[in-house]
Amino acid sequence: MRKRILELAHKAGSNGAHLGGSLSLVEILDALYSQNLNHNPYDMNRDRIILSKGHGALALYCILEMKGIISKEYAETFETNGTALFAHAKRDVAKGIEFSGGSLSLGLSFAVGVALACRSNSLNNHIYVILGDGECDEGLVWESVMSASHYGLDNMTLIVDCNGLQSDGFSKDIMNTDSLESKFSAFGCTVLSVNGHSKRNIVQALTAEHKEKPKVIVAHTLKGKGVSFLENQQSSHHFVLSDEQYKLAVMEVEND
Amino acid sequence: MTKYNARGFARLGQAGSIFGMSLIENMDKYPVKVLSSDMSVVAGLDRFKRTRPADFYNVGIAEQNLIGLSAGLASEGYRPIAVAQAAFITMRSFEQIRQYLGYMKNNVISVGINSGFALTFFGNTHYSIEDLTLMRSIPGMTVLSPADAGSAVKAFEATLNHDGPVYIRLTGGLLSPIVYKDDFNFTIGKAISLKDGSDITIFATGIVVANALKAAELLMEDGISASVVDIHTIKPLDKDAVMASKHSKLIVTVEEHSTVGGLGSALSEVIAETGNMPAMLKLGVQDKFMEVGDYNYLIEQSRLTPILIKEDILTRLSNKKI
Repeated sequence: MRKRILELAHKAGSNGAHLGGSLSLVEILDALYSQNLNHNPYDMNRDRIILSKGHGALALYCILEMKGIISKEYAETFETNGTALFAHAKRDVAKGIEFSGGSLSLGLSFAVGVALACRSNSLNNHIYVILGDGECDEGLVWESVMSASHYGLDNMTLIVDCNGLQSDGFSKDIMNTDSLESKFSAFGCTVLSVNGHSKRNIVQALTAEHKEKPKVIVAHTLKGKGVSFLENQQSSHHFVLSDEQYKLAVMEVEND
Repeated sequence: MTKYNARGFARLGQAGSIFGMSLIENMDKYPVKVLSSDMSVVAGLDRFKRTRPADFYNVGIAEQNLIGLSAGLASEGYRPIAVAQAAFITMRSFEQIRQYLGYMKNNVISVGINSGFALTFFGNTHYSIEDLTLMRSIPGMTVLSPADAGSAVKAFEATLNHDGPVYIRLTGGLLSPIVYKDDFNFTIGKAISLKDGSDITIFATGIVVANALKAAELLMEDGISASVVDIHTIKPLDKDAVMASKHSKLIVTVEEHSTVGGLGSALSEVIAETGNMPAMLKLGVQDKFMEVGDYNYLIEQSRLTPILIKEDILTRLSNKKI
C-alpha cells in the first residue's frame, strides 16, 4: 500500500501530495479494512468509515482500490483536472467515501450525527472516525467528543493517527495536546493506546469490547513512515517527489 | 396547517408559532429531529420536547456541533431542524453551514431566532444584521425571511416540503405586527405584492414589512403612490418581481439588517445587471454597530420607523432628477 501511495503521489507530479499523513495511516487503514465490515453502499446497515483528517485521502483511495471498491483507473485520476479524487476526499457513498473532508474537525461532528441517526434507526452497524492529532487543536473536536460521550454512543470508534507532526512542525512545539489519552478519557470515552504501525495491536484495540461510551484508539505513528527522508519530517506534510526520490522511496518500502 | 389564526400567531411571535404550534401539527408527517444549542426554551420548543423526547437533542452551547450533528442526521434520511440564536447559528457556524449544507447538500432546516434587533439590551453581540449576507452567499441555500408570525408558519411548512438546505430568519418578538390577516399562498421564491402604487416600489423583508406598509400609507398623504412587495425569499430572489418595478420612479428596500449584503444588495445585483432600471434607496443598518437600546429605539436609530422611512423616501425623491 505504501508503494501505491508513492506511485500516485509521483504521478501527481508538481501538484504534490499529503504524503506524510497518508503514510502514517497505512496500518490503521489496513487493520480497519481487514475487519469483517459491511461495505455495501446500498445497505443502510453498512459500517461507516469517516476520514475526518481529510488530507489522508490518498491513503484512503489506495485502500479502497486494494479492496476493489474503486478501480485502478479511477484511482489513477488522483489530482488530475476535474477529478473527484483530489487532495481531500469528497463524499461518494457508492465509492466508499462517506465524508467530504478537508476542513479539520468537521468529520467528527458529522459522525456524531450519523451515529445518533443509526442508533435511532436501531441499526447494529458501527461508525469509525479517523482523526489526526494536529486536528485535535480544533475546538469542534472537543464539542463533538463531549456530545458523543453525553449521548453514550458506543456505536462509534475514533482512531487518532497520532503522528506528532502538523503543518508547521512538531505538535508538542506548535500546540501541545499531550496526552490525548488523558483528554479523551476526561471527556468520558473508553481510551486505548496502541502502536499505530502494529496491525495486530490496532486489530486488538478495534475488537476490544466497549459499552455505553465511545471508544477512542490513540494510534502512535510516525509521519512519513517507511521512507527515510520523509519519516518524522515536517516537510513530509505536503511533498513533491522527484524521480530520484521516488525510486529511492519505492526501494525502501519494498525492502521493508 | 389546520387553521390560519393571524392574531393567535402574532401573540406567539414567529418562533413560538412555528415551534409551539406548526411543528407539533406536522411532526408526524415528516421524519423530524429537532436540535438546539441551549435555546429550546427561548424558541418555544418545550411542548415538542415533552411530546417527542427521543427526537430532540440539546447539544449544549455549541453551535458548530449543532450543525454537524444535524448534517449527520440528515445524511441518514432524517429531516433535522437546527434552532439557535440567529447571530450564532449563522456566524459561529458559518463554515459548518457552508460545508455541510452547501457543499455536501445535507437537507437541514436551520432556524435563526431573535434575528435583527430582537435582543435589544443584550447588545451588538446578539444582534443579527449580517445573517442574510452570509447565508445567501452559500451556493444552494434557500434563505427565507418572513414578515409576520403567520407567514413564518407558512415559510416553515413550505420548507418541510422543500428539497435542499434552508435558512429561516426569524425577526420580531411576541405580539408582533400582522401583515397577513387571512390565509394566503406562500411559495418559496415568489414575492408577494401587498399594495399597488404607481410612483415608487418598496421592497421589504422580515418584521419591518409592516413598517414599509405604514410608510406607504403615510406617503399617500404627500401624494406619493407606493407599491409594497414582501420579499420573503431572499434566495432564490424573485427577479420578475424586481423587474416589474422598472416603471417606478424609485426602488426602495427596507430591512432590519445591514445594507451590506442583505435585501438591498441582492436587489441591486439584479438591477445593475438589468440596466435601465430606476434609482435605488437602501434603507436598513448603514454599515455600523448600534448604540444599545430597546426595540423602538433601535428601529428609530436605524431610521426604519414608518415616519422615518417616509422622510427618507421624500428626501430622496426631492433630490433626484427624474
